[in-house]
Amino acid sequence: MLTKIGRTGSALVCLLMFLMNPAAGDAAETSDGSTPVDSEQGLFKVSYRSSLEPIVINEMHEWVLHVSTPDGQAVDDASISIAGGMPAHNHGLPTNPQVTENLGNGSYRVEGLRFHMRGDWEIVIDISAGEQADRVRIAIRL
Amino acid sequence: MALSLLQPGAALSAEWTAPEVDILRSLWIGTLGPPPPDPTNAVADDPDAAAMGHRLFFDTRLSRDGNIACATCHRPELRFADGLPKGVAIGMTKRNTPGIIGAAYSPWLYWDGRRDSLWSQALSPLEDPNEHGGNRMQYVHIIANDPGYRRSYEALFGALPDLSDAGRFPEDASPLGNDTWAENWRQMTDEDREAVNRVFTNTAKAVAAYERLLLPAPSRFDEYVAAVTEENEEQKNAIFSDAEVAGLRLFLGGGNCTQCHNGPLLTNFEFHNTGVISAPGDVPDKGRIVGVDQVRADPFNCLGDYSDAAIENCAELRFVRAGTELIGAMRTPSLRNLENTGPYMHQGQLETLADVLAHYNAAPEAMIGHSDIEPLGLSDRELEQLEAFLLTLAAPAATSERWLNPPAADTPHPHGD
Repeated sequence: MLTKIGRTGSALVCLLMFLMNPAAGDAAETSDGSTPVDSEQGLFKVSYRSSLEPIVINEMHEWVLHVSTPDGQAVDDASISIAGGMPAHNHGLPTNPQVTENLGNGSYRVEGLRFHMRGDWEIVIDISAGEQADRVRIAIRL
Repeated sequence: MALSLLQPGAALSAEWTAPEVDILRSLWIGTLGPPPPDPTNAVADDPDAAAMGHRLFFDTRLSRDGNIACATCHRPELRFADGLPKGVAIGMTKRNTPGIIGAAYSPWLYWDGRRDSLWSQALSPLEDPNEHGGNRMQYVHIIANDPGYRRSYEALFGALPDLSDAGRFPEDASPLGNDTWAENWRQMTDEDREAVNRVFTNTAKAVAAYERLLLPAPSRFDEYVAAVTEENEEQKNAIFSDAEVAGLRLFLGGGNCTQCHNGPLLTNFEFHNTGVISAPGDVPDKGRIVGVDQVRADPFNCLGDYSDAAIENCAELRFVRAGTELIGAMRTPSLRNLENTGPYMHQGQLETLADVLAHYNAAPEAMIGHSDIEPLGLSDRELEQLEAFLLTLAAPAATSERWLNPPAADTPHPHGD
């Protein structure tokens, strides 16, 4: 019985955290896209614009990423790969999004994004440009 | 209505928080909208194509033995499923027959998603030896020789090829058939094979146009959400019992159900390994990990020569994911219409809804791959409440009766009852 109450209680706490407080939990705060996110070693800043605003579950859409150096210079010769998933659920993305076009001035089109659950997602972007390589994690809460 | 007889507060009034109401509305059929366009099928929304597809769907001549139609397994009176663990036509199939109401919304077809459009799906059973068991050349002759089909076909797709030269167009031929059919196919010219494939795929596009009319109707759950939205306490209490309200609360919360069963069809159309034990005597089914390779290699997929879609309309296929997470993963089914569509799961392994809920509650280890689910720790009473809620999602198809029955006088009724 105690176990049961404990489980129900913790499920309820998780649910409340999920429902009531967008900034709570283990994941980083949701990026709004327009505020650049620093890469792990500070080599790049990345912002994004989604074709779906707000982002909702189960709809295929695309992003435009903007990659710059820390001092704001556009990085327009980057090779970029996209991964990610839901860290709390230990699973990846339901799709395999890819950069399909270099739009110039540090902007890149990413196609094939779709999220299939509510909750905390992380988009992991590996960027290499010239000699430099770094990783950016963008948090999304749906 | 006996609304006035209900005492205010007689039923436990269910209060929903604003975020919960938001989730309830995301499950509401009012947010569904019409099926998304199918750019792979130029006649997807053509009523004449649907009429032709309606006839094809119930036509038992489209089979090796003249006894099997699509409707043999996709029975309208069973929500277009068959009530069997695995489909039975000429032989027994490997998996449970899914209902097709609302299938037009899914980017993937089959439990393993090995097809990516309604029409490319419809091609497969026609040539599966356990299902219709025939071959594409046979079917193309039927279209050409039946005056009604010929007329419909040519109005929709243009002139049929001249099939009168039996040397070029034998009675039976298919790359997938028995040795004779396969040899006949090999002997045909590329051009003639292409012409046959074109008629075969166009015919399936008419079937798809018909299937797009098979849509879900509002259920009691949807009426409840409407009452919640309108804050109509009396209606809420009249529509749902306390057990159903409690079940819905578990569905949103401790059952973790909406992780996968989300959106107005209660499915995310994605692939998950939920550790369902394979049917006795069957090796574990690899599921999506095989299906993803098959859909990529399918000549009739979104990017293939017979698709009407431009490359930019094939995002699902172009950006499809592979990887070991997909071992043993099966497509999340809709939860609408569970009341008479058992047995459940990909091989019909679980007889009743109670069995299904017990499975999710226990969350056994997967036989292959890794299960996405974890034990729920719900009590028997809570499982009963969840089941009570799930049954509120039942509703007849939102499709007029004439589409749910064989077209008048054209074809004999499919075999069976």
